[in-house]
Amino acid sequence: MLLSEIVSVLFHGAAYGTILYVISVGLSVTMGLMGFANLAHGVFAMAGGYTLTTLMGWYGVPFPLALLAAFVGTAVIGLILERLLYSRLYDAGELVQVLLCIGLIFIAVALARIGFGAQAQRVALPGYLQGQVSILGRDFIAYRVFIIIFSALLITALWIVIERTRWGAIVRAAVDNGRMAQSIGINTAMVFTLTFMLGSGLAGLGGALGVDLLSVQPTYPFEYLIYFLIVVALGGLGTVRGPFFAALLIGIGDTACKYWVPEFGSFFVFLAVTVILGLRPKGLFGTRA
Amino acid sequence: MHPHISTFYLASVRVRAAELLPWIVALAAFFLFPDFLSLGARILIYILLVLSLDLVIGYAGIVTLGHAAFFGIGAYTAGILSAHFGIKDPLLQLAAAGTVACLVGFGTGLYVLRTSGLTLIMLTLAISALCLEVANKATSWTGGADGLSGVTIAPILGYFRFDLWGKTAYLYSLAVLFVVWWLVRTLLNSPFGASLAGIRDNRTRMEGIGALVNRRLVQVYSISAGIAGLAGALLTQTNQFVGLNALGFELSGEILVMLVLGGVGRLYGAFIGTAAYLIAQDQLAKKFPEDWYLGVGILLVGVTMFARGGLLGALDSLTARLRRALKL
Amino acid sequence: MTPALEVKGLCRSFGALIVADHIDFQLERGARHALIGPNGAGKSTFVNLLAGRLRPDAGRILLDGQDITRLSAAHRVKRGIGRTFQTNTLFRHLAVLDNVALAIAERMGVSGQLFRAASAHQEVIEEARALLTMLNLMALEKTVVRDLPYGQQRLVEIAIALGLRPRVLILDEPAAGVPSHESYLIFDAISQMPADIAILFIEHDMDLVFRFARRITVLASGAILMEGTPKEVESDRKVREIYLGESRG
Ligand SMILES: Nc1ncnc2c1ncn2[C@@H]1O[C@H](COP(=O)(O)OP(=O)(O)OP(=O)(O)O)[C@@H](O)[C@H]1O
Ligand SMILES: [Mg+2]
Repeated sequence: MLLSEIVSVLFHGAAYGTILYVISVGLSVTMGLMGFANLAHGVFAMAGGYTLTTLMGWYGVPFPLALLAAFVGTAVIGLILERLLYSRLYDAGELVQVLLCIGLIFIAVALARIGFGAQAQRVALPGYLQGQVSILGRDFIAYRVFIIIFSALLITALWIVIERTRWGAIVRAAVDNGRMAQSIGINTAMVFTLTFMLGSGLAGLGGALGVDLLSVQPTYPFEYLIYFLIVVALGGLGTVRGPFFAALLIGIGDTACKYWVPEFGSFFVFLAVTVILGLRPKGLFGTRA
Repeated sequence: MHPHISTFYLASVRVRAAELLPWIVALAAFFLFPDFLSLGARILIYILLVLSLDLVIGYAGIVTLGHAAFFGIGAYTAGILSAHFGIKDPLLQLAAAGTVACLVGFGTGLYVLRTSGLTLIMLTLAISALCLEVANKATSWTGGADGLSGVTIAPILGYFRFDLWGKTAYLYSLAVLFVVWWLVRTLLNSPFGASLAGIRDNRTRMEGIGALVNRRLVQVYSISAGIAGLAGALLTQTNQFVGLNALGFELSGEILVMLVLGGVGRLYGAFIGTAAYLIAQDQLAKKFPEDWYLGVGILLVGVTMFARGGLLGALDSLTARLRRALKL
Repeated sequence: MTPALEVKGLCRSFGALIVADHIDFQLERGARHALIGPNGAGKSTFVNLLAGRLRPDAGRILLDGQDITRLSAAHRVKRGIGRTFQTNTLFRHLAVLDNVALAIAERMGVSGQLFRAASAHQEVIEEARALLTMLNLMALEKTVVRDLPYGQQRLVEIAIALGLRPRVLILDEPAAGVPSHESYLIFDAISQMPADIAILFIEHDMDLVFRFARRITVLASGAILMEGTPKEVESDRKVREIYLGESRG
């Protein structure tokens, strides 16, 4: 009995955690790279969610295409916002950056409400992702299995890009020492923009993938912000691996709390985060401040 | 973002005529707009809250996203005292709320202010999320999502009853705001205030003259938390109700908007920004709730791009420009 | 008599780079002691270790015989170590007088006071003015530091340190970046300081060093190469080769 509960918590927690990771990893890299605390990161995830639900629900676009559109669409939004707004504030101090983000969140929340109403969006998944699949004699929700597998592939691809490609090497160099990177002729502005784009696109993709986990509704950027930030803060800035473990930990921890001690809600997760961050300001898996 | 006061030790601390303006306006409003006194009281209470935020952000340079927690703690302290312990005296509640918020500010300040930058922002956010979750789940004490009702308040000093029109609430809030304003103003002109400016200007230098920077930041943080707690208690007392939104991240964001709109680190920015925001909200938000938030967002983005000094900053540069034009 | 400041086996490295290599050092009471050495020798690092800005990897620092190795920078100031920075580290947005007054208020223990205006603290202001007068800055008391020419900013840097009334004063290239005819003004000010303050200063200009120092320590690659009187240092072959030879062409 208990074993099956544990398996179930681990399973749902892993699905939740991988979604958190896909959404948050871009935030981690941009924070490490540009030192910009993008509190509005959830806006991109929400935009991905709406893109998917709108394309599938209203226009009957097939699921894989809608996912792709969520990725590309939010990447483009990221590109525009980075060039237009973020890039002007890289040297502007935390307060100004925080304000810009809160402004963007307000705008996004209002636009979502105007465009889609206050209620959460529903989406009918394609038949092949509905129902249960049986693995080792247990039944698992098919869509969550898909989330875990898809994210695992995505994460592998991402790590290969970061660790094996030239662009990945440039990003890592720029995170380690921006001025040095600039002085050896790396166009850091370009690196920033591309990274921001990719990070936003991934957030959109994560938001789209996670429609049934993080409900797509106007207050999304407020509601889940703390989770994205926690993942990044615990994972350590500027890394792509740290946040992965942090996201899994939080996904499973939060699921476990809500399953076994629902009367405490997310209390223990927030408490744990407060304690861990206070004791290890650089995060559990981070080496940089 | 911040204006820079260049001298404390050579500054005159006499009250300038312009500094009396808010109080004259507030008193005049009492007689001129008897139908809007409950809005008026709300404005005064939020000014108090935003003033406390300015102390932390504008004067101590601590960027926090969890300030609403102290407001909420004050609000719930007053509410719980009344609903569960039968302590209905408003001044007693006020003192208790201020003290509890101040102590929580001290405890969390010790913990949080060891860090800086993003970690600090995160920690303030996490702690306020923690408070929210406690208020949400401890339903037998707080009423949870339904809010805490059954809050009754005795007359102030046993004599001034809270009336339906909000006259008492208005004057009571005004009195509290006035006292706190005077204390804050005094504090900002003191050697303590000067050392805060020093910390913001150059922390390394401040440590290099032997200042225990951290201790000083914890001090301001607790003072500010206490003031926010007072504001929270006032809200409970004038509404006779406490809800979860007194604690939320959205409130932390909104008061930041009010502060920035008025001008950070300017003492009176809290007055102007809060009044402008809440009056506009009262006029517009009910009719066009979505457009209101859209407008606030656009305004905020605009401020960060073009007008970092807020309304008072704009006023400053306008008068400076006028002066130059007149000289030419 | 115990020396004012004593250092035993001090070590510090940045990664693989050793910047303080088992340094043993003593600063006598009332010393006028110069610390010289080529760029990157580790002089500023040594100062930062003494002042508490950096933690040593090993070794001990004693002030008047008391171990201060574990004290923070601020607590060391309270014990009597004052320092200036190689690059100006000032309250750039504050007036000259406030820069000095902040230090004095801190030393007098009034800087935590909440209820009396700063401008009512006459004792602080008067002392600050006396210092500014001594350093020829009195006419500029209201000027914001950012608006001062660099040389005068260096003087403010010194004024702040003096406002702390340190028993040990450490000056990291006090005249750096100052035109040479002005650097004498700075050293004149230093030479007028009370005789009982122990002063350690870093300086690249050998004329100034030989003129003001009564003792000299030569640092190279994080280690002490030699120490002695100006005469001894000047006549030392090793020093001539690796240091004086270089700088005098
Ligand atoms: N925080 C640091 N991290 C890494 N290396 C450092 C750091 N600070 C100094 N260094 C290195 O340590 C060495 C010694 O530096 P230091 O500033 O102490 O030299 P210095 O003798 O004061 O030189 P100068 O005469 O140029 O002021 C230099 O090679 C410098 O690059
Ligand atoms: Mg140096």
